[in-house]
Amino acid sequence: MPINITMPALSPTMEEGNLAKWLVKEGDTVSAGDVIAEIETDKATMEVEAVDEGKLGKIVVPEGTEGVKVNALIAVLLEDGEDASAIDSSGGSAPAAAPAEAKSDAAPATDAGAKDVIPVGAEAATDPMPAPKGADGKRIFSSPLARRLAKLNGLDLGQISGSGPHGRIVKKDIEAAMEKGTGKAAPAAAAPSPAAAAPSAAAPRGPSADQVLKLYEEGSYELVPHDGMRKTIAKRLTESKQTIPHFYVSVDCELDALLALRAQLNASASKDKDGNPAYKLSVNDMTIKALALALRDVPDANVSWTDDNMVKHKHADVGVAVAIPGGLITPIIRRAEEKPLSVVSNEMKDLGKRAKDRKLKPEEYQGGTTAVSNMGMMGVKNFSAVVNPPHATILAVGAGEKRPVVKDGELAVATVMSVTLSTDHRCVDGALGAELLAAFKGYIENPMSMLV
Amino acid sequence: MADTNYDVIIIGSGPGGYVTAIRAAQLGLKTAIVEREHLGGICLNWGCIPTKALLRSAEIMDHANHAKSFGLTLEGTMKADVKDVVARSRGVSARLNGGVGFLMKKNKIDVIWGEAKLKKPGEIVVGKPSKPAVEPQHPVPKGVKGEGTYTAKHIIVATGARPRALPGIEPDGKLIWTYFEAMKPSKMPKSLVVMGSGAIGIEFASFYRSMGVDVTVVELMKNVMPVEDEEISKFARKVLEKRGLKILTEAKVTKVDKASDSITAHVETKDGKTTQIKADNLISAVGVQGNIENLGLEELGVKTDRGCIVIDGYGKTNVPGIYAIGDVAGPPMLAHKAEHEGVICIEKIAGVEGVHPMDHRKIPGCTYCNPQVASVGLSEAKAKEQGRDIRVGRYQFNANGKAIALGEDNGMIKVIFDKKTGELLGAHMVGAEVTELIQGFVVAMNLETTEEELMHTIFPHPTLSEMMKESVLDAYGRVLNA
Repeated sequence: MPINITMPALSPTMEEGNLAKWLVKEGDTVSAGDVIAEIETDKATMEVEAVDEGKLGKIVVPEGTEGVKVNALIAVLLEDGEDASAIDSSGGSAPAAAPAEAKSDAAPATDAGAKDVIPVGAEAATDPMPAPKGADGKRIFSSPLARRLAKLNGLDLGQISGSGPHGRIVKKDIEAAMEKGTGKAAPAAAAPSPAAAAPSAAAPRGPSADQVLKLYEEGSYELVPHDGMRKTIAKRLTESKQTIPHFYVSVDCELDALLALRAQLNASASKDKDGNPAYKLSVNDMTIKALALALRDVPDANVSWTDDNMVKHKHADVGVAVAIPGGLITPIIRRAEEKPLSVVSNEMKDLGKRAKDRKLKPEEYQGGTTAVSNMGMMGVKNFSAVVNPPHATILAVGAGEKRPVVKDGELAVATVMSVTLSTDHRCVDGALGAELLAAFKGYIENPMSMLV
Repeated sequence: MADTNYDVIIIGSGPGGYVTAIRAAQLGLKTAIVEREHLGGICLNWGCIPTKALLRSAEIMDHANHAKSFGLTLEGTMKADVKDVVARSRGVSARLNGGVGFLMKKNKIDVIWGEAKLKKPGEIVVGKPSKPAVEPQHPVPKGVKGEGTYTAKHIIVATGARPRALPGIEPDGKLIWTYFEAMKPSKMPKSLVVMGSGAIGIEFASFYRSMGVDVTVVELMKNVMPVEDEEISKFARKVLEKRGLKILTEAKVTKVDKASDSITAHVETKDGKTTQIKADNLISAVGVQGNIENLGLEELGVKTDRGCIVIDGYGKTNVPGIYAIGDVAGPPMLAHKAEHEGVICIEKIAGVEGVHPMDHRKIPGCTYCNPQVASVGLSEAKAKEQGRDIRVGRYQFNANGKAIALGEDNGMIKVIFDKKTGELLGAHMVGAEVTELIQGFVVAMNLETTEEELMHTIFPHPTLSEMMKESVLDAYGRVLNA
């Protein structure tokens, strides 16, 4: 009997992924444990290992296919003595309700269903009058007339609230939106500009691909399809800026004491037999620690917003934005407020390296209660970051640089770092943000307090 | 005392009042309804229902008269027995009247028998009726509450309307009739003048014509059924005239001379000429007016305008705690408008979420003359008057298989769309069974469909309803069977 290889779930919540690459081809012999394919989800690339041995009889889903549903049949493995003709008789080219054969860290929970491998969108294509969907993929209930009026007037139904039964959008709602001038499909819809064209994977739609490309001479550009990470970044950040009322607080921190302590601590690190120090603290590591301790001291700021409740976190799990080729990812230092600086530092090194290789596991970058984005190493003086939900805060860290400061009425020179805290104003108000930032500044300027 | 206190009291048990009462009870409100004469009001007793019973007799008469064209021979002569035709109509009314009594009981709604007068917001006094009941009266239901003072936080006036009378041509119940008398003739008149060609006038004209009466309709406006789309009115007029109805439009009855058993109507036509029409009887059907008198409205300062109580979109008057729905709250004076207005009113009172005020553009109208006329939304003229850019589709009965099979191939359906948005602005019909067809377009309008959804909708074959789709297709130059 041919063995079906199905799309593995890389995390319990994963519903689909991209089949990035096949590492074997039809006819190759594989043994259990051989890496046969790479699967890419929103942020991680994962290797798929064979659990059985045999000859790869058929690749059902070619590499580069996006949005492959978990448990969908991706390939068929032939056992000894079988040839490709066995595939059809076993229904190999059709989906089979076999348990997932491919290995995955988090076992797939659902049975493979026949409809899982129907090409995405096939169902929708048969509906002559598809209902519009919102940013969250849910159907937006609206009357046909409302849909047509929205289309004629360039309105986005996702931004209009319905007054009909069960929130159905009706003509009246469109007329009201037009009167108030709300619900416009996208600011650039009328006059597409390149600036507005960049980051919109999700609704509300920006200018269409055609509208953008029309502005440039053919041949003057190259088209690079979005990978999973790019799409996730676009979707998450668009969602963040559209749904989270951002609020910003900035402060300058003097770094001289911290730099001195850092030098002292690094100098005193023990070395192994190869001469490698047990730790080498960076300013970033200390920033992570300072933010974690500040959140411990100001627990009201260590929260996440949900429509029903304030989620008050008991630990400070600090995400750290790591720029990697093609995007960025935010691995998390869990319980950073409890960990010694050396542990924070070493964890960060490991996570940073694996992030660059795109080898992080979902649980290493999902969740978290806050984040740090540090562009100091690139000489940036100051910037504001976009809150990454479910976080309520993110700290944007600039470069430590020598600046004139006034001390005791005298002009002096100090190493100063500007930081800007972005908060979700729904759960962290201005004063609370200021309190958090004051606590942070306290740790940075009195760094010894981080050691006790 | 507890027995006389309610959450809501409704004055008048017509289709607006009794439906409102049921909805109130459904919403858990302690409800009472006051009626002085007939449960079910005009609609069940002297309006919609008994006239449909009469018109059914007329229809069967018409069919029988055309039996030959269906290959059927009727031996002997077809004769209407007036007494029995009327008795059947009264029987139908009695059955529904009893039904309303049952519904009140079932929903634990107290019926208070008598005439209500508002004393102050929250309080009414029920006393003896100020006018005698129209005879024959159905028996007073058992277990009703009697005269006295009753209180309720919310009082809804649903007292309906009555025939309007023109000065000098006041109905006398003998020679000059209103619908009350026209509904229960003791003998069939030989000739009849019908003053007014609205739904009531034209239905009686049609009924009596089918019964072989020589009927002349006198209408002040340019077209019969003046609220209808002009094209439909003209179409209906042609068919009615073919049936032997005499119709005078832009004409006015200026004077009626009464003899002992006949009248002479002086009719002034557009050209200023006056003709005299002698007939056995005259039916005055020049509209209805709200029953706003003797209710204490004036004393309480409830605002009225042109004989109707002024309300907001939810039935509220200017006096807190006093509401009005149905005919007494203004036109169109139709049972289904009253019902819907009542439901909106009581749901708003009860705090039901998502209650919307009545959308007057979506109230259908039906007239049950032969041929039937039905419509919803804007007429072509009204749409143009509003400056709409429109598309009009038409379809004739004579190209529809079912209509031809029925022997009812005289009629048409007309639809009006907004050219730009595809919004269905209006639908107008004349012909067999159109009063049953119109609802399809009413649903379509209410759901805000455009021409596209209507074109995507499958209409069963063979039915008259196929003409609805064809008319839509015609509006877009895609008609199939024409």
